[in-house]
Amino acid sequence: MKFTEEHEWLRVEGDLVVVGITEHASSQLGDIVFIELPDEGTIVSKDDEIVVIESVKAASDILSPLDGQIVEINEMLVDEPSKVNEDPVGDAWFFKMKPDNMDQIDEYMDEAAYSKLIS
Amino acid sequence: MSDKLMHTPLNNLHKNSHARMTPFAGYEMPLQYKNGIMSEHLHTRSHAGLFDVSHMGQVVLRGNDFKQTAKALETLIPMEVETLNVDRQRYGFFTNSTGGISDDFMFSNRGDHIYMVVNASRKEDDIKYLRKNLEPLGVSVRNLENRALIALQGPTSQKVLEEHFPKISKMRFMDVSTIPIAGAECWVSRSGYTGDDGFEISIPSQAAEIVTTSLLEHETVELAGLGARDSLRLEAGLCLYGQDIDATTSPVAAGLKWAMHTSRLSGGYKEGKFPGAEKILSEISDGTEHKLVGFVPLGKAPIRANTELFGHGSSSDKIGWITSGSFSPTLKHPIALGYLKKEYSIQGNRVNAQVRGKLLEIEVTKLPFVKKNFKK
Repeated sequence: MKFTEEHEWLRVEGDLVVVGITEHASSQLGDIVFIELPDEGTIVSKDDEIVVIESVKAASDILSPLDGQIVEINEMLVDEPSKVNEDPVGDAWFFKMKPDNMDQIDEYMDEAAYSKLIS
Repeated sequence: MSDKLMHTPLNNLHKNSHARMTPFAGYEMPLQYKNGIMSEHLHTRSHAGLFDVSHMGQVVLRGNDFKQTAKALETLIPMEVETLNVDRQRYGFFTNSTGGISDDFMFSNRGDHIYMVVNASRKEDDIKYLRKNLEPLGVSVRNLENRALIALQGPTSQKVLEEHFPKISKMRFMDVSTIPIAGAECWVSRSGYTGDDGFEISIPSQAAEIVTTSLLEHETVELAGLGARDSLRLEAGLCLYGQDIDATTSPVAAGLKWAMHTSRLSGGYKEGKFPGAEKILSEISDGTEHKLVGFVPLGKAPIRANTELFGHGSSSDKIGWITSGSFSPTLKHPIALGYLKKEYSIQGNRVNAQVRGKLLEIEVTKLPFVKKNFKK
């Protein structure tokens, strides 16, 4: 698994990359009450704001970690945004994307580097 | 103001209770504790939440007697002070020369003096302003820097305080009393900022931790932070200074006419004679362009402060703006407060909020969002 400085995790599944937010991010955000996901099929560029997460207190964005296309979104989160607080690294993934270039993922941190970042 | 954040007397208690601290009005304050805003909010509504509000300003005004002090304060505010009974509290605000609000506060008659609680972000300016205007009238202004302030809010609050002072049940909404809690002289008012029953308790700083700890020993009491305080007051439809009201907003537009006593308004025996009176009295008779109203979004997205509002149809004119917006933990949907042109401010009317480039429908709704539960 890879990690971004924006506290996203990236997991490779065949030629797709599954993206969610880390335990650390979900606990910092607090109680999540609303999630807006991109449409399936959307072409995205790295750093595009593609997900909106709202907690009781405030809104924040999730940036696309890679260039590519959104192929699947986790519809469950639209009805149950609090799942992101319960299981951020498991069931509560945000979207699956097909990157234009899988090598782009190499620039991100491994788990050890990410643990150091948040410690 | 220096960059170093000030601490309240309960700073250690917060840190030992796993608070997430945040800078607020120059203080390091607890945003939330380990259970989070939603849980603290719901616990306050079902049991009792304990909030540290020691960052707020506690001020004593003292003239020769209460009457003189009251008359002096009346020169700065559109409230009736003289007729306030001993050990009773009222809500008030300072108006400015342009008819805006320079702070809102609670004030009470404590026999030989007036005790006020003002907003943290405004206390420095308020005290300067009070000194400049009241000292020439023979009224001294004392900033009580040696007292902490906590709020115990929620339906079990009375039960909690009864263990320390059984007669607390005799207090009605807005009564004030001096009672001992854990051996300390506490000034207690039956009031708060959540719309629920509750008490605000001023404690000598050195006893703040002992008193707070002893209240927390009750099984129904949990700490709650500024995050829950904000969502609770919003559900109760209560204005937050600096957000829903400020130096540029009219108290009439903000729906605060109820706080201005008839004796101070047109035709009253003490009509006017407060800053901005002419403007405010004309707004009362002629109305204001905008009104502060409640909104419920039809969708699930919270509508936040500074969101612009538009009507339906082809007109692109802005008809209002949001001043506070959050998710309501009690109602399980978003709620918001904002100013809307008067002609649109009809219950059930729908307008558009522009959020991230999209227009989302929101409906004008009655306030408060959650019914108040005061002890009458």
